[in-house]
Order: sequence, then structure tokens, then C-alpha cells
Amino acid sequence: MAGSTGHHHRMRHLRRMSPDLTAQEDTQLPLELRNISKSFGGVSVLRDVSLELRKGEVLGLVGDNGAGKSTLIKIITGVHQPDEGEILFNGKKVAGLSVQKARELGVETVYQERALAEQLSMWRNIFMGRPLSLPMGFLKVGQMRQVTADLMGQSMGFTSAALTPDTHVSGLSGGERQGLAIVRALHFEADIIILDEPTMGLSLSETDKFLGFVAGIRSAGKSAIFIDHNIFHVYSVADRVVVLDRGRVAGEFPTSRYSLDELTAIMKEVAASGRFIEPQRQSAMRAIEADQGKGGS
Amino acid sequence: MTPTAPGAVSVKQRWTVRSFATTRASQIGITAAFIVLWLGFIFFAPETFLSGRIYTSFAQTTSYFAIPALALTMVIVSGDIDLSFPSIMALGMVGFVAVERTTGNVELAILAALTVGALAGLFNGVIVTVIGIPALVVTIGTQFLYRGLALVLVSGRTYPLVETRDAVGYELLVGRLGGVPMQFVWLMIATIGTWFLLYRHRIGQNAHVIGDNRQAAELMGIPIKRTRTILFVLTGIASAMAGVMISLQVTNYYPSIGSGFLLPTLAAVFVGGTSVFGGRGTVWGTFIGAFMIGGIRAGIVAAGLTEFYTDLIYGAIILIAVSTHAVLQRKFER
Repeated sequence: MAGSTGHHHRMRHLRRMSPDLTAQEDTQLPLELRNISKSFGGVSVLRDVSLELRKGEVLGLVGDNGAGKSTLIKIITGVHQPDEGEILFNGKKVAGLSVQKARELGVETVYQERALAEQLSMWRNIFMGRPLSLPMGFLKVGQMRQVTADLMGQSMGFTSAALTPDTHVSGLSGGERQGLAIVRALHFEADIIILDEPTMGLSLSETDKFLGFVAGIRSAGKSAIFIDHNIFHVYSVADRVVVLDRGRVAGEFPTSRYSLDELTAIMKEVAASGRFIEPQRQSAMRAIEADQGKGGS
Repeated sequence: MTPTAPGAVSVKQRWTVRSFATTRASQIGITAAFIVLWLGFIFFAPETFLSGRIYTSFAQTTSYFAIPALALTMVIVSGDIDLSFPSIMALGMVGFVAVERTTGNVELAILAALTVGALAGLFNGVIVTVIGIPALVVTIGTQFLYRGLALVLVSGRTYPLVETRDAVGYELLVGRLGGVPMQFVWLMIATIGTWFLLYRHRIGQNAHVIGDNRQAAELMGIPIKRTRTILFVLTGIASAMAGVMISLQVTNYYPSIGSGFLLPTLAAVFVGGTSVFGGRGTVWGTFIGAFMIGGIRAGIVAAGLTEFYTDLIYGAIILIAVSTHAVLQRKFER
């Protein structure tokens, strides 16, 4: 405790000494991608993709299958490295991003069930990839069980007496697994939470609960990227929606200025034509469509 | 947080006979089967199975394949396999003979054998993880390679090791500790060590995730290549250790040492209840499985059956054991 207070003092002191730095800090983007390109075996998957994520924002990322959504996510989370382009965290360029490094920089990802180990207990899943351990690598099992029990009671709302931190994931329902994946991301105090197809396979009530949780990320002052091909779910919580198409950013749409219907029409247009459509041109095109009497679906 | 707080989840399930039995159904099953088998041996051959001598013999000979089987259990948990360990037993001993013949130092020779075993395991691990070939295929190759290397290096000859009997290293590996063969003491150390590594160490935690869901391991940033390689290295060391023990026990090195160990060792692991698909393994099961496999031959002969029955009974017991595991695990251990 004493150490952290001392640290705070030093930080405050530093800020007083250099007001420019403070101002700069506040406007810095938690995450920025500049001109990212990636290809696999000669097939270009991402071309010149630039993206920025602001503090306290939920950014929706939509696009058809094969648009490059999951590759883009894997670049942000350090699973893949881009062929070209830069990744900046809080304004600082980061080279050679790995999964471990991304997690250290505060990126956590909810990969749904795909990143859970079925035959392992809940506590082993919560601490997957970063177990609490002693210097020699021996696990602090008691502590991990305790943290998991606390998370289960407080964050996941698991009240069934049959569930303990030692319950295997194979014994959980779809919604319970989802809750586990989300709580895992939240527990590590991530600044950037990436939600990869999070509503897939959820019941209606589970989806509602989940969307409420996403809104909570924003009010906590953290940022999120929400990937889904269900535009309805994305629209209801996102501040901005970025549409990816065939490896390019096809457009960026603030949800405050576009209605869900407009956005749906734009997505259909992009998917059909594959053209890069300037957001400014959208309204003009919609006007033309309306004139021709074939607006709507 | 008090136990009665709303939404509180108990850290551990309250211990009851029922919860213990259902979470460990298949391990209790294999232990019961072991006891039944042993009671059968005692019933049919009381003069053999009630004497201390046979237990001394079991404690020695079972350790030779139980120690590699324990390391192999971890490899299998991580979703890999190692078929080259019998050849590593022979190759490690080439290192032993070379150092023992030049320096006369048995302890140094033991270290040399373990080092060769570690290097052989490292080679397996590197080929598997860096070049990216399934371990089954790689270790079929290295199984020939290591055996061939051992044969070529000693020109197929055997080496008597009678002079090692006075050495501390000899006492340490195959001597007695209060009447208990040192092989068994090492087996106990290996069993406890493997348990800690598999269930209470980062390596085991990561091995479980890698074996259960390779994609999850990748997405969560687990050092997959390093973990898999470490497990191959440990198997190499365990195998070389077993090779040294066998050679010192008979005070002779012959380059065909370890041949015939492959299938009984694998059988011990699977009879114990470790999943062939990875992600789930049992140290206790492997320990019990090794003694089941180790006891059958002696039991059959002592019970007055001819040795023709050995394979028949091996086969039956292996199938009964793995079927029982499958049924019990499906029913209780979701």
C-alpha cells in the first residue's frame, strides 16, 4: 500500500511539472491501428486497415464472413503479427506484439467457448495462461479457488450450490460458459475488452443480460470492440460501427447519426457491391433509392 | 465474506463420501480392480503372493517402466505421445558407459546418461514443435534413430558393469533403504514429483490446456512449444534413469535394453485412466496401472497357468479397464 501511495505522489508531482504531458495523456487513444495489412499464403486478408478506439467507447465491428474481422482481432490480441502497419497503445508504438504482451498492455478478449478448456475446472479456466504462482512456478491453488468463488458469487451470479470453483466447464450451460469467459476478461482489469461474436448461441434473456454488461464497460470508462455479424446486437450498444468488407474498412458510422435501418441498408449495399462507399455518399444514395421506390427491404 | 452472504459460492464442495466417489469414480474403479486382481493372485498362489520376496521383486521391476510411464502421462495429457522412450533407455546408457569407462566415476556416468536422455527428449520436442510434425510420427522415427545410434556407438556389444557395485551411485539407484529397494524409493519420488508438476505447477496447468483445447491455449498466450518440449525432455530424463537402473541392477549394459517396454508402459498409462485424447490424466492411475501390468505375468505363472495365457489376460484386463473408465467418466465426471 505504502509503495503505491508513493507512486501516486510521484505521478502527481510529475504531472504538475509538465502540464503538456498531462494534456497529451488525456487525448491519447487507448488503441490505434495504422495501415495494417496482412496476407496468408499470398491471399490478402487485410488491406491498409486503420482504426482508432477511443476511451470509454464501444466500437462495433461488423462485416460478412471473410471480411477479415477475426484476423483483425487476432492482430490486436497478438495472435498474428501484421505484415505492414503500426499498432499503438496509448499513443506508443508497439512492435512484435504477442498474446502475453497484449494482455500485459490491458487487452482482454472474450472468445466465447472457443477459449475454454472443457475438462478443466472453473478456476483453472479463469486463470488460463496467467496462473497465480510462486517464483518456482508452483501454483497458488487456494488463492485462485478463492478468487474464482468470489467472482462466481459477485459477477457471474452463480448461486447454484452444485457449482464450485472445482466444477468442470463441461458441466456448465451455454450461458454459464459465456459468463465465465466474460468474467475472465474482466477480472484482469483490462482497459480494452474485445468481444468476439459474444452473442452466438445465447438465449434471448442471456443476450439481454450480456448487452447490459457491455454498456457497463463504457460506464466504467473502459473501451470495447464488439464484433458480431448480428448488426442488431451491435447497434444497440455501440457508439460507432466500423464496417469491414473484403479486408478493407468500408466505412465508419456513429450510431448517433445513423438509424439501424440505414445501417442495415448500408451493410447490404457494401456486401452486394463490394465498393468502398464514402459515408457522405450514403445519404445521397439513400435519397436516390427512395426516389426509385425500392428503399427498405 | 461470510458463508451466509447472498450470492456467495463456497470455495470447495463440502466433503462427503458421495462427492468424493463421484468426482473420482474411475480412479476408485481402477483401485478396486487392482485390489480384486491382487486378491485373486493371493487366492490362487498364496505361497508366492504372501511372501515378501515377490514384493521386493515387484518394487524393482515395476519401477523400470512406471517411472517413464509417469513422464509419459504428462506428455499424453498435453496431447502428444512419445514412442521413443525405450530407445532412450539404451542411448542414455551409451553416455553412461562412455563416461564410466573413461573416468571410472559412476556418479558422473549417471549424470551423463541423464543428460543424453534430456538431449534425446529435447530433439523429439524440437522436431515436433518447430518443424511441426505430430509426435506419433516423429517418435516412431526417433525410436529407430536412437536405438540405431546406441547399437552403432557400442558396435552392438554388451558391457559388464560389475565394478560399479562399490560406487555410491550404485547404492543410490539400485541399493536398499531400510530393506526397500531404491528403485521403489525413486518411483515414489517420481510419483509425488509428477503429481505436483501436473496439478500444482504452471507446466501441468499449461499442459492440461494444450491437451484439452489447443486453440484456447494459443488464444490465451500459453507457451505451447516450450511446454510440450519440456515434457519430452522430462520423458527423456525419466527413460534414461530407468535404463541406468536396469543396467546397474544386472551390472551389465546391453544395447537392446528397453525393447519390449513400449506397449506395457503405454498400457499402464491408459489402464490408469489417462485420456488418449489429452487434457485429462491421472498420476495415481498410472501408478496403479503399472503395478497391475507388472503383476500379471508373475501372477499368471505363480497361479499355475502356462505363460501362453499372459497375452490373453493382458488384453482382457486392458480392455476391461479402459471400458470401465469410459463408462464411469461419462456417468460421473462430466
